[in-house]
Amino acid sequence: MTALMEARGVTRRFGGGRSLFGKPKPTVHAVQGVSFEVRRGETLGVVGESGCGKSTLAKLLVGLQRPSEGQVLLEGAGVHDPAVFGRRALAKRVQYVFQDPSSSLNPRKTIRQILEAPLIHLLRMPQAARRGRLAEIMDAVRLRPELLERYPHEFSGGQAQRIGIARALAAEPEILVLDEPVSALDVSVQAQVLNLLDQLKAEFDLTYVFISHDLAVVESVSDRIMVMYFGRVVEEGRSEDLFCRPLHPYTRLLLSSAPVPGRKGIGAESKPAELPDPLAPPPGCAFAARCPQASDLCREVTPPLERDGETAYACHHPRKGIPWPEPAGSGAVEGRIQS
Amino acid sequence: MSGAQAAAGAPAPAAKRRSGRPSALSLFARNQLAAFGAGLLLVILLLVLLTPLLPLPDPAATDPVNRLLRPLAEGHLLGSDHLGRDIFSRLLWGTGVSLLVGLSATSVAAIFGSTIGILAGYFGGRADTLLMRGIDMLMAFPYILLALAIVAALGPGLLNALFAIAIVNIPFFARNIRGVTLGLANREFIDAARLSGKSNVSILLTEVLPNVLPVIVITVSTTVGWMILETAGLSFLGLGAQPPAADLGSMLGEGRKLLITAPHVSVIPGVMIFLVVMSINLLGDGIRDLLDPRLKSGALARPAPFTAVDRPVSQLAAASIQDDSVLAVEDLRTQFRIGSDVYRAVDGVSFDIQPHECLGLVGESGSGKSVTALSLLGLVATPPGRIVGGRVLLQGRDLIGLDAAGLRAIRGDQVAYIFQDPLTTLHPLFSIGDQIAEAIRCHRPLSYKEAWAAAVTLLDSVRIPNAAGRAAAYPHELSGGMRQRVSIAMALANDPTLLIADEPTTALDVTVQAQVLKLLDQLRSRSGASLLFITHDFGVVSEVCHRVAVMYAGRIVEIGPTEDVLSAPAHPYTERLIACVPRLGEPGRRLEAIAGLPPAVNHLPPGCAFAERCPHAEDACRAGEISLDGLNDRHLVRCIKPRRAAS
Repeated sequence: MTALMEARGVTRRFGGGRSLFGKPKPTVHAVQGVSFEVRRGETLGVVGESGCGKSTLAKLLVGLQRPSEGQVLLEGAGVHDPAVFGRRALAKRVQYVFQDPSSSLNPRKTIRQILEAPLIHLLRMPQAARRGRLAEIMDAVRLRPELLERYPHEFSGGQAQRIGIARALAAEPEILVLDEPVSALDVSVQAQVLNLLDQLKAEFDLTYVFISHDLAVVESVSDRIMVMYFGRVVEEGRSEDLFCRPLHPYTRLLLSSAPVPGRKGIGAESKPAELPDPLAPPPGCAFAARCPQASDLCREVTPPLERDGETAYACHHPRKGIPWPEPAGSGAVEGRIQS
Repeated sequence: MSGAQAAAGAPAPAAKRRSGRPSALSLFARNQLAAFGAGLLLVILLLVLLTPLLPLPDPAATDPVNRLLRPLAEGHLLGSDHLGRDIFSRLLWGTGVSLLVGLSATSVAAIFGSTIGILAGYFGGRADTLLMRGIDMLMAFPYILLALAIVAALGPGLLNALFAIAIVNIPFFARNIRGVTLGLANREFIDAARLSGKSNVSILLTEVLPNVLPVIVITVSTTVGWMILETAGLSFLGLGAQPPAADLGSMLGEGRKLLITAPHVSVIPGVMIFLVVMSINLLGDGIRDLLDPRLKSGALARPAPFTAVDRPVSQLAAASIQDDSVLAVEDLRTQFRIGSDVYRAVDGVSFDIQPHECLGLVGESGSGKSVTALSLLGLVATPPGRIVGGRVLLQGRDLIGLDAAGLRAIRGDQVAYIFQDPLTTLHPLFSIGDQIAEAIRCHRPLSYKEAWAAAVTLLDSVRIPNAAGRAAAYPHELSGGMRQRVSIAMALANDPTLLIADEPTTALDVTVQAQVLKLLDQLRSRSGASLLFITHDFGVVSEVCHRVAVMYAGRIVEIGPTEDVLSAPAHPYTERLIACVPRLGEPGRRLEAIAGLPPAVNHLPPGCAFAERCPHAEDACRAGEISLDGLNDRHLVRCIKPRRAAS
């Protein structure tokens, strides 16, 4: 498999610059020096908690945001370079599925108008061809074609998300960036949409970048997974490796925190967890304050992302060779919940 | 494929059926003041339109002999003015001119103001700064002075007055519309349109404008009256309509000198201005109420302090069976009545909670789990909510039917709530210490100082670092996890016997959720309170709940010890609900999606509500009421074919 899309040292800052009187304005680094590749035909999962920069990263990949530094390449060509990729040329190949289906559909447009927009503006399809194509798209997401004349508020969350997926598919892209596509849905509907995404991927030879905060969902759909914390990639690896042999203490904390039906005993940190102040990030590893393995080195030097075959980690003290799950009392987690 | 069935089940029936909500037109007709305004305006407009056809004397024809005739004089219905001109004729022509100028000025202001507002709001950044600072400069002049300056520069005349009024009112439109556009520009559907390849112009015209239009209409409808008044003001000062032409303002101005000797010359146009402006304003308010989404959502309806109770008399007398349960809910029924539709949100729910116990209430959105929790203390908004049956026994005492004071004494004292989003439940303007102290002082006679000290102790007990210092912090200064800890501290303030937690960790990150769950569990076992834990997540249930009740379409379909229900679910819905959630550590497992959608609770089918989606359903399932029967003494299920044999 070859890299279809690649990010090289992508950084996105918000704010910054100087005010009218020369005072520097505060800067937030939403994404910091992120590098990774997306291979043709795979599903790359991106997992992290709120504030880790995963949504900003998603918007960078589809061109809704521009990187402050670094570049995103699609088959070697810079996607943010207007000489190489116009907005439309990029949108034809990379599409986006939004988290909240109700707010991503214009309440005053019919489904037909919403789905036709990419056909008209991206594919320049004549009217006769559009009709057939719309029927195909609706069929692909398992919605009846009569629903085309309806307005978004007449749909349930799951159906609205199918329409969001249909709009993304309409442009016949190669890559779909899915930003929390199922987290606004009820669990029974979530499964419908996840199964649908799975079928569509095979049907249309798609490549997915699947972003979610839900570890179980990411695990069930991804080939490779990238864990983000505070704007940086802290660990990357094949799905089975990452979940069976997590190397970064943060990945371990995430995994032990997730409740599993029918199983009791999630781990929790003893100190209340807080992210560092994004306006004044500490030197060194952002996770050091929460990390049981943190040393002075961690608090001074930011660990680089080290690649080791298929896996990569950004940690001075990776938990290599330490079994998972860790025996109680030895790791990042305090004792199990007793009751 | 499940998806195909899901699509087939939806939303055709819901859309075909006329909903019980009244239509926009009937809502408007119900607003009597607005209807009166519309009627009055219609009469005035008709008169003005018919003026050229009516057999009226020339409004400019002078007749010095018959000057200053009183109203009802022969040949002059409303008398004549100081030049002997017919006032009735002049009034109708003048009203026409005033209305025309007012409407034209509004249109000009609306078009230019809205354009500026939309552009500034959509593009933001430098464009916004430039446009809005220009608008600010326009606003910095007193409006009448500005209008006078414009007319002085352009020369007096009706058209110039029109321009002056329009320019003066542009900022009003620009600022209103910019605010709305700013909110829209960050919405995801704008990003989606961009990704669909639409250009900025196309997005502005086809995505933004249709959503801004109602606001423009509202602004227009509430400013037309004001613009007519301003035009009249300029004409009154002699800067508008020039003689012999007349509008209402200039008629008023001419009559001013004769106020004592012939008051009717000025009073009649004055009354006309009053009628025109009043009718337009009443109509405008009506249109605003109709179109404004904030008012439509019921923001104007003030809910009662507790839910209305409307239950059969027979249930009042029923003596309670004394047992040691903290809470016993018997056949609770809560409905929402909207228009002619009755939504059975909670339809015969019964459960009990023992001391020190944590009962989980699980269901998807719309299953009635939150309404159940809110009904316990009469917190469901009335209208439209209404408790129509059942009993809620808190340590043997029926809470349904208590008066406001009785409920208030229990709320936050014996029974306390923790809600999903602490950012909306904590008051943004008071420090967290203040808010906890207030919760304490509501129920206990403590001084402020003592209550503050108690608040600090509570914050410490929910493991907030540096509690004494943090007590003075405001909610926005805390992270989501910290805020939820504050909510928990507040709920624990008066040592409740029952805590009701409604999705307390759903808005939190997974590592923070783990901590909050652990904290809740520790506090519950330490304080001895019982816990009603509402969630949609079976993983969370396994973590903290002793027993779990599963709700579907307003009813409990299964209730039993957590391990039993999760390891051997008896109801097909429970079974499918557990099977369709991805589990950590089992990536290969195929997700068994549940086909279709839950039924709408205003049109529940007879028999089992899940039958439509159930792979095991048979005719008997759809025939009649199905009771909640015991598989054993602790595990009950509402199914005629439970998934495992009774043990």
